[in-house]
Amino acid sequence: MLEQLYNAIFIGSIYALFAVGFALVFSVLDILNLAHPTVFMLGAFAALFAIGTLGLPWYVAVPFAVVASGLFGIALDRIAFAPLRRRGAPPLSAMISSLAVTLIVVRLVELRYGGDFITFPSGTVPSFLIRIGDATLEGVRLAIILLAVGLMAGLTFLVRQTQLGRDIRALAENPRAARILGVDVERAIAATFFISSALGGLAGVLLGFAYNSVDSKMGLPLELRAFTVMVVGGMGSLPGAVVGAYVLGLGEVASLVYLPAELRDAFAFGLLFLVLIVRPTGLFGQRATDRA
Amino acid sequence: MIEATLDFLSAYSTLIALVGVNALLALSVWVTLYAGQLTLGNAAFMAVGAYVAALLERHLGTPFPLALACGAAVAALVAVPLGLTVFRLRGVYLAIATLAFGEVLRVILLATPITGGGQGLNGIPPTTELWHIYLSLAVVAYVLWRVQGATVGRAWAAVREDEIAAASQGIAVRRYKLAAFVAGALVAGWAGGLSAHITFSIEPNDFAFGKAVQILVFAVVGGIPNPLGPIFGAALFTALPELLRPLRDYRDIFQGLVLLAVIIYLPRGLVTVSQLRRTRRLQQIGAADVA
Amino acid sequence: MLLEALGLAKRFGGVHAVADVDLAVGDRQVIGLIGPNGAGKTTLVNLISGHLRADAGAIRLAGEDITRLAPHALTARGIARTFQGVRLFKGLSAFDNVLIGTHSRMRSDVVRRLWPRGVPDRADREQALSLLARLGLARRANALAGELAYGDQRRLEIARALASKPRLLILDEPAAGMNPTETAALRELMRALVSEGVAILLIEHDVRLVMGTCERVAVLNFGRKIAEGTPAEVQADPAVREAYLGAEVA
Repeated sequence: MLEQLYNAIFIGSIYALFAVGFALVFSVLDILNLAHPTVFMLGAFAALFAIGTLGLPWYVAVPFAVVASGLFGIALDRIAFAPLRRRGAPPLSAMISSLAVTLIVVRLVELRYGGDFITFPSGTVPSFLIRIGDATLEGVRLAIILLAVGLMAGLTFLVRQTQLGRDIRALAENPRAARILGVDVERAIAATFFISSALGGLAGVLLGFAYNSVDSKMGLPLELRAFTVMVVGGMGSLPGAVVGAYVLGLGEVASLVYLPAELRDAFAFGLLFLVLIVRPTGLFGQRATDRA
Repeated sequence: MIEATLDFLSAYSTLIALVGVNALLALSVWVTLYAGQLTLGNAAFMAVGAYVAALLERHLGTPFPLALACGAAVAALVAVPLGLTVFRLRGVYLAIATLAFGEVLRVILLATPITGGGQGLNGIPPTTELWHIYLSLAVVAYVLWRVQGATVGRAWAAVREDEIAAASQGIAVRRYKLAAFVAGALVAGWAGGLSAHITFSIEPNDFAFGKAVQILVFAVVGGIPNPLGPIFGAALFTALPELLRPLRDYRDIFQGLVLLAVIIYLPRGLVTVSQLRRTRRLQQIGAADVA
Repeated sequence: MLLEALGLAKRFGGVHAVADVDLAVGDRQVIGLIGPNGAGKTTLVNLISGHLRADAGAIRLAGEDITRLAPHALTARGIARTFQGVRLFKGLSAFDNVLIGTHSRMRSDVVRRLWPRGVPDRADREQALSLLARLGLARRANALAGELAYGDQRRLEIARALASKPRLLILDEPAAGMNPTETAALRELMRALVSEGVAILLIEHDVRLVMGTCERVAVLNFGRKIAEGTPAEVQADPAVREAYLGAEVA
């Protein structure tokens, strides 16, 4: 029981790191960045590259992967989103261009590493066990949970207390007004993508460490769950994404008790559908339906 | 000359069939996009059509055309309550809701024994001929083209442009949105039935998120102004992997690059290239008086 | 009485946008609705045109209770409107915009809705063209609505509203952005429409236009009606002056 709770919180933490980045981009730019799962995967592979090819220790590989992911995010915006913003294209176009980038990047990774699961070289990924009573818990997961919580707090501080955070919030609220008020819009957007992708990449690295496996398709299950998390928490709401992530994590693990394994995905989508019908705004979101 | 054509057709018959089916699917999404709704549920309706048609034939011996019709009809019937539940949702939420529906359906298909679960259904008779597909395509395209110029088409365009203003012009917005949604489901269901009888077997993963997105890409890349757009988009992106075959492993990369290029430089779709001249002329008329 | 609104109220959260408002428009009347910004004029209009649901009160059109009807049902019954910030179908041509205005009068013919053909369709198209001409937009018929000059856009909205052959036409700040020549033309149009049997509810800030065309004027402030009467009566009313100018200087 404790093990299940522990795993639920762990997986919720991964979802939270992933979903927060997704929600951040949506709240600032009103687009669904369908390439976000790709940065998740890239983070993991960047760590693999750092450890396996460059021979770096894991505690260097992680920041390396995070920075690499962040930079990828900025590049992604320059290539796939900025041109569309300039010509005022509808959000749908941004979704499709991010999809195109996903196609390209996933294939490039597969060309280099193949499509199968890859494990980290032995001994390179920290692993220890914690014993509490009858339960045996994977220690790395605790570290991940703590790290995730710490980062959520850090992000909250950034968004609330720093100038950059204020700029980003202004941009999210009203882009035109923000521009007029002197916000450096391009810088704020670049920062948004850096943070979003850095967090997404970190989530990938951490998951890769926790399961000691990475593969080119590891972002896919997260993509659809990110939708659920965002809708449950309220589209574009960062605290909502965090809450939604843990709700999903707990719900999924709980549902495993009652549902067969194949239907595990069903929980995420069933929840998504239910929330959309009953309360589309989720917990903290903006209006989702037409007026009266 | 005729022989060469027939040879070509038989060599590439699967590809040509696939282009036709994808064109139908693209049209099914086009209808909803034309009415301003972004739906990712048509892969699910395709699945409904495919499974219903295949199961009716297998268990009840239903003749092919009737099975197809039933598949399409059931897809349309499913679309009604779904449409009513989700039509209140704006833009992105609608897309996600229809996507979620598709996934829920996929999971149901996986779990239900009669549908063969994860194995799906095998040994479906390859009854579909090229002419079935292209006749369907011609009929659907023609009907949609006529409807576009009729009251319904104009109402859809109005709803797409501005729902509130459309309501003030006497357009029952929800009814029209639902109609577009159901029409799309009908066409997608029919296409699903046709498709099942080319591929001999179907399984839930054929109709997942990837398929839904693929269909959307056909329509958007092709362009919205008229039915030719999605047909063209489907043809291009279905044929592209074949054309790029010499590139082998780099195929997907080039496909992605083509898609990226098109969406960035022609966000309104390929068809708009022909529209550009007309648009420029219209702009000139409007601008001339201001000058 | 063509239109009767009784005791209308609408709340948004804690704010009473409209509270206990009565309004009446008779056949062939031009009624003005004025008030400072934020007084609730547009909310009231949204209630009458069906875009918002009233929290309390009733609306009757020629005796029929229309309080709960959706906008499209009201258009079918003869209420048409323009919007404060122009809401045209920007991606469509001016001609198409007006043609869509005829939608409500085609309800009875289901087949014709799917398949354009023959005489009825031609009649609608001709009517659309003549409306465009009437509003001075004949040359711009094929221009994209989104590309028109602002004044043209406002006139196009009126043309579109007239396409449904309304009994009651609601104009929400139609003169905004118009020069004196255009405003004079608008005044003429309104007079002509009244003589053709159309009643008009006019929301406007242009005082001269309101005073020059309206038989009666209602004044809103903070969601309540604070005065009603002939233009002269309303202009002299101290409550009205206070609403616009603040407290009277002693």
